[in-house]
Amino acid sequence: MHTIVCVKQVLDPEIPPAKFKIDPEAKKVVPPPGVPPVISLFDERAVEAACRLKDKHGGKITVISMGPGKAADVVKHAVSMGADEGFVLQDEAFESLDSFGTAHVLGKAIQKIGEYDLVLCGRQSADWGNGQVGSILAEILGIPVVTLAGDVEVVDEKLRVKRMVKDGYEVLEAPMPSLVTVSNEIGLPRLPAGMRIMIAARKQIPVWTAQDIGAESSQLDKANAHSEVTGLSVPTRKTECEIITADTPSEAAVNLALKLVKIIE
Amino acid sequence: MNGGNSMDGHKGVLVCGEIAEGGLAPVTIELLGLGRKLADELGEDLSALLMGSQTSGLAKEAIACGADKVYVAEDSLLDEYNSDAYTQVAADLCREALPSIILLGHTDNGCDLAPRLNGRLGGGLAMDCLALSVDAATKSLVSTRPVFGGNAHAEMVSKSVRPQMATIRPKTVSPAERNESRQGEVVPVEGKIDPSALKVKVVERVKEEEEGVKLEDAEVVVSGGRGIGSAENFEMLRELAHVLGGAVGATRPACDEGWAPMTLQVGQTGKVVSPKLYIAVALSGAIQHIAGCLGSKYIVAINNDKEANIFNVAHFGIVADHKEVLPALTTKFKELLSA
Repeated sequence: MHTIVCVKQVLDPEIPPAKFKIDPEAKKVVPPPGVPPVISLFDERAVEAACRLKDKHGGKITVISMGPGKAADVVKHAVSMGADEGFVLQDEAFESLDSFGTAHVLGKAIQKIGEYDLVLCGRQSADWGNGQVGSILAEILGIPVVTLAGDVEVVDEKLRVKRMVKDGYEVLEAPMPSLVTVSNEIGLPRLPAGMRIMIAARKQIPVWTAQDIGAESSQLDKANAHSEVTGLSVPTRKTECEIITADTPSEAAVNLALKLVKIIE
Repeated sequence: MNGGNSMDGHKGVLVCGEIAEGGLAPVTIELLGLGRKLADELGEDLSALLMGSQTSGLAKEAIACGADKVYVAEDSLLDEYNSDAYTQVAADLCREALPSIILLGHTDNGCDLAPRLNGRLGGGLAMDCLALSVDAATKSLVSTRPVFGGNAHAEMVSKSVRPQMATIRPKTVSPAERNESRQGEVVPVEGKIDPSALKVKVVERVKEEEEGVKLEDAEVVVSGGRGIGSAENFEMLRELAHVLGGAVGATRPACDEGWAPMTLQVGQTGKVVSPKLYIAVALSGAIQHIAGCLGSKYIVAINNDKEANIFNVAHFGIVADHKEVLPALTTKFKELLSA
């Protein structure tokens, strides 16, 4: 079984709010110095899902990441978790692509990789969170898609996916190959063991450019973008927190209840 | 397919409706209200698409809520949400009706349908929008949505392609005002669903009935974080939630510790809630958690660290150990609410 996982490096979402800065002119986030980017949370869970399938059925995991700078680090992180191989997709032409452009690049890379049984993506990225690359990619590859997976299994050569919905879950059966987007309900990603970290550190991660994968320049042209960020701002919050004080915490609690009861009634 | 649609011929606003318990889902009524405003501003029509096995009875309701035209797709294969079938029907209709704007709810099914539909139509899609407006000069749709876990808001515009699509977070816009005397046209959607295009099969649907109110629907949410300390200690939150007729939520670290099920996680990587009252207990207020509760009308923080970030977004706070606050709070509410 060959699983391809698409991962993205993002600004660490656990940084304190004070460190979050934007450049409103460039409509970009200014990465805080000294804080390394991390693998996007749902993408890490997608790698975990792939590793669980490999633990059970064997096979191979290939990881791809489109991104500038040290995108190889998130690929290596996936290798340390259990992936076998990885590629970085890097080119000036890939910068600030919209979801269609991103899906085009990933699609071309996947076609270059060749045969596969399953493509996994995170439900959405932890930065821009557009939440659509996976579905567009499936349309491009011409394969079925299942979103919001809380579990992925293989039963009788078919995928069995638990899709999380508001009041429970659905069990869906999809043929292989299909694309599945993974949600947090799948559970915690594994901690890489020491040996795997060493393997990952030494792993060569080839870099593919637009030319290497045969990306079409019309699909990368910003003038053809399907959507464009025209503004970026930090919302102002005008909350003034009223601290309820009293001689004891339980008296403060009573005072708080008296204030809140008017709100909820 | 993904070459992008030209702008020619696209006109009007289309709401992709959802049906819940035999009626229009609350989010659909909100979308009709918003869609009506956008359509009036553009001087164009508002239409709605209703997919299901028994939908024609609901067309009147959509018209009362502002639709000029309602497309009704009735088929037993549409009885419950099926991604392949819904995408096929919606894509076929949109190729024919050529709406300029398509609105969907940011729900489990809207989040599944919108990107697939957009993948086929080659438009521009903004997910999880908080506000939509029309640019006065270009008449393009401007979608405002949270990015970076709610730390920033981005404005997105599709300058050169149509349709312009958006999913709207439930409870962010006011529902349409009903007018039973409104007139509209009901158009049955012809054309059969091609069963060979249904690649993914639904094996079963499992409803997990949580005790009490659902987290997303609750008017009051009591959430706990790492400071709660153990699964047993979550019981204190459950008691308070129970007295208030609310639901319990949890932060990512608390879920990761196994103190609360993953389904109760509130935040960027969990559920987004917007209750009237959000009581945040022993949680610091990490960015990604705040992203899930910032839409709450009132936020209350109970934390023994007065520097915790949660106090920056809270309206009321108590700086104390929650174990000394919660029992008194629960008792007092019980007394006040039974009076």
